[in-house]
Order: sequence, then structure tokens, then C-alpha cells
Amino acid sequence: MFQISCPWCGEREQSEFKAAGEGHIRRPDDPAALTDAEWADYVFMRKNPRGVHFERWVHIHGCRRWFHLARDTASDTTLKAYGAAEAPPQFGDNNPPAAEVTAAHPGDISAYDGGSDEDALLREGGLR
Amino acid sequence: MKRYSIFSLARNALTGHKDWHKVWRSPDPKPYYDAVIIGGGGHGLATAYYMAREHGLTNIAVIEKGWLGGGNTGRNTTIVRSNYLFDASAHLYEHALKLWEGLSAELNYNVMFSQRGVMNLAHDQHEARDLIRRTRANQLNGIDAEWLDRDAALAFCPVLNGDPGIRYPVYGSTLQRRAGTARHDAVAWGYARGADAMGVDIIQNCELTGFDFDQGRITGIRTTRGSIRTPKVGVVASGHSSLIADMAGIRLPLESHPLQALVSEPVKPIIDTVVMSNAVHAYVSQSDKGELVIGAGIDHHLSYTQRGGFDVVETTVAAVVELFPIFSRLRMMRQWGGIVDISPDASAIISRTPVDGLYFNCGWGTGGFKATPGSGHVFADLVANGRPNALCAPYTLERFSSGALVAEHGAAAVAH
Repeated sequence: MFQISCPWCGEREQSEFKAAGEGHIRRPDDPAALTDAEWADYVFMRKNPRGVHFERWVHIHGCRRWFHLARDTASDTTLKAYGAAEAPPQFGDNNPPAAEVTAAHPGDISAYDGGSDEDALLREGGLR
Repeated sequence: MKRYSIFSLARNALTGHKDWHKVWRSPDPKPYYDAVIIGGGGHGLATAYYMAREHGLTNIAVIEKGWLGGGNTGRNTTIVRSNYLFDASAHLYEHALKLWEGLSAELNYNVMFSQRGVMNLAHDQHEARDLIRRTRANQLNGIDAEWLDRDAALAFCPVLNGDPGIRYPVYGSTLQRRAGTARHDAVAWGYARGADAMGVDIIQNCELTGFDFDQGRITGIRTTRGSIRTPKVGVVASGHSSLIADMAGIRLPLESHPLQALVSEPVKPIIDTVVMSNAVHAYVSQSDKGELVIGAGIDHHLSYTQRGGFDVVETTVAAVVELFPIFSRLRMMRQWGGIVDISPDASAIISRTPVDGLYFNCGWGTGGFKATPGSGHVFADLVANGRPNALCAPYTLERFSSGALVAEHGAAAVAH
């Protein structure tokens, strides 16, 4: 267990938060144009590094806002929390390629702020 | 291989136990093998054993970065069952269970397989409907499964809390009588001994550092103990599969999470079955040493720490104490975590890859131990013959693009 510095609430127990997997996955601009393999890559394939990981979290038992977290999965050290629509900070050579780090797409959950958080979680498979 | 028997035990007792032979050799890696298995856990050792025994491949090696069975094989709650909902899962796990039933005799090594029964509790009507449906599906697949109503469940396991006023009261339970537990270390050691006796080289403290390719084919591996040429590599690396896939430039749909378990101080026999609850995510059995073995859920964030968060243990222990108030004064002695590789449909991936000669057996998530013999058996066939047999055909990597998922999330009798 570790602590996470929520961009809005500050340092809190990790158990107040919900991890929601790899961050900076950009929804395809034209989903219908994707091959089955490309669609599988978008939906299912994940980075799973032993080291720096850029991921999404939601402060589910706090302000209920989404944000990004850079974290070392080998030690559970949290490196930096940053905004839902922000580009990832530089840590080593494990950063997402620049092409993936574009402004939030209208359908991107990282831009979601308001409405029913439960809906947002369900849509993203966050409630399991 | 010297066979174990009552006579060998008596003979060695008379000579002061000084003459027991080494159970497996510790050879140096050879420059060439017909196949190499990466990962010396239960699944990897079982794979090597069946490759040698069923497919005549004896010039093969298992490489292990640590020690045999030091990963998830030695970090689980040792539950064995086959009561899965979907046909693909039911067939694979039942194949494994049938192998479990003859395993000690086959290996001449006591894996202490104990068919003490596994209960899956329902706490409300909705869950009961799901579980009754699952028992019917099991029966149609020829798997023993029973539904116990509340009174029958409490009679079968009297230490369960029968109070209807608790937050998650016992509503009923499934029971698979042929299910149970096994001694996890013995499974790794027994397969290692059997494989070694057929000539398989088991190389510990040898970590994979890379692959050699030629025109999309595997030609060898690089390790901390030198390079090895080989045309076939089977990767059975559990929670670390993604790291090995990265070395080959393959993307896998896996996320690695810590899964925790804990044991209590040893007590006299008190629970003679295995009780699992999906809703509160706790499962309990009692080891031969008398310790209660308690399984918790996964930490939901990605991590390789082999540790896990205390909040997960706290939730599990709270659930166990409510279900079994009699355990409330027990002290917990040890806690540990293993890194499990969770796939999107909570089913394994036993598959060829885009690289010729490279095969993966991973994604077993929270439930791999019970599959050990079956997993090794079908993966040996896949690696030896280069094509999936009927049991492992549904578990290809291609299912994530074809959409033919084996969606055991929730249906697997335990939440992931």
C-alpha cells in the first residue's frame, strides 16, 4: 500500500483510489477503418512494464476526479500525479511515443469531468 | 531414477538417511537443445515432463531465473477444482483434474492430492441462480457438481456462520467432491524429478536475457549463463510473461497484479473442506500442518512487488471472520504475494505467436495452480507438434482479434 498525491486533494491513502489501467491510450479516429488486429491492439493489448508505468486513476472515495499517475511498478513508488489531459512527464526511456500524447479526444475518458462517475467507470470497465 | 517405496524408506532409515540420492541434477547448459522451456514453475516443469514422456523429446531444457517453484507455484492457496461454467474451461480443467487424480502414482512422488471437496458459497438468490446454472453446466460436461441448500451447506461445513442476519449470510453452496488441494512444492519437485530422469536438463539461476531470430524464426536464446541454440521455445513465465514478450517484440493482453495469501498459526483439524466465496472474495482451507490457508483478491493496480497492499488483506480477513466467527482469535503468521498475469477474459493464453517456434503459455491469472498438469500436458503437445490440440485450441492469442473469448470473468466461480 502506498500514498498518492491527488492533483486536487493532495496526499491520500492509495485505498481511496481506483486504478484504471494504462493511460494515454488514444481512441482511434476512425474505428470502422481498423483491421481486427488493430482493434484488438486498441482494446486488449497493454503495456505491462516492470518499471515506470503511466496510468489512469480515479479518486473514487474522494473528489471522484480522474487523473494520471506515473508510477514504478517494480517498487510501487509513485513518481508524479498529473492532470487527465496532460502529457506524461519524462521518466527514463519508457515514455509513450509522442504520437500517442495528443490533446484529449472528445470521446477520451481522460477529458471526462462531471456527470455520473459511475457511468464513466462502467464505460471504461473500471468497476469490476 | 531410484523409485521411492516403503522399502527404500526403511532401508534409508536404517542407514541414517545418509544415502538418499539427489532428486534432480544441476547440469550446465548445453550449446544446443531441441526445445527450451522458460520458467521452472509447476506449469513449465509439467510441460517438460510431458514433452519427454509423451513426445519423446528428451534433449530439452527448462531454464529458471530463481529456484524451482519459487514463483506462483509456491505462492498460491493450492486449490484444485474443475467446476468452470464454459465448455472450453470445463474440458481443460477437468483434463487437469483427471491427471491430478493419478499424479502421485505416475510420478512416484507424493503430491498430497487431497480430494476434500470445494464449496463455492452463494449469499443471495441471484448468486444462487448463477451457481445452480453452473452445477448443471458442469453435470452436462460430465463433471461432478452438486447444489447444497443452506442447511446442507451448513451441515457439510459446520464451522460456517449460520446466522441469517450477517451482511453476507450463507444462502447455499455448490460442492465439487472430487476437488480439493495438493502440496504445491511437491508438484514442482515431482515433475522436476520425473523430467530429469528422462534426461531433461533443469537449469536454475539462469535468467533469459534475449532471443535470437532469423527471418521471423527463433534460432536461440541468450541467458545469464550463455547462449543456447534451439528451434523451439515455450515461455511459461506467469506474471513476467509480458517482459519476455517485450524481448520478442510481441504485445500481450496481460496486466500483472499482486495476489496475496496468508496462513494462520497451526491449529487442530477444524475444517475438512475448501470454502470459497465469490461475493466477499475469501477462500479458506486447512493445510496438513494445521494452518488455515486464506486467499485474498488482487491489488487492482499493476505491480511486480510480490507483496500487495494491506487493505486487501484487511478486507479478506474481515470477510473470513464474519463467515467463520470461530477463527476470530487466530493469529496470522505469514503473508505473501505472487504476481499473476490477468488476461482480459480471465482465461489462459496457450498459443503460437507471430514468431515461428516461439510459444506462450500465460494468462492463468489467479487460478493457474489447479491447471498445472493439464496446462503442461496440452502445452507440451503444442510445442512438440506446432499445432494446438482440441483442448487448447480455444486459448489462442488470435481470440482477441476474432472475438471468440473464453469469458470466464465472474463465471469462473471467483471474481478476478
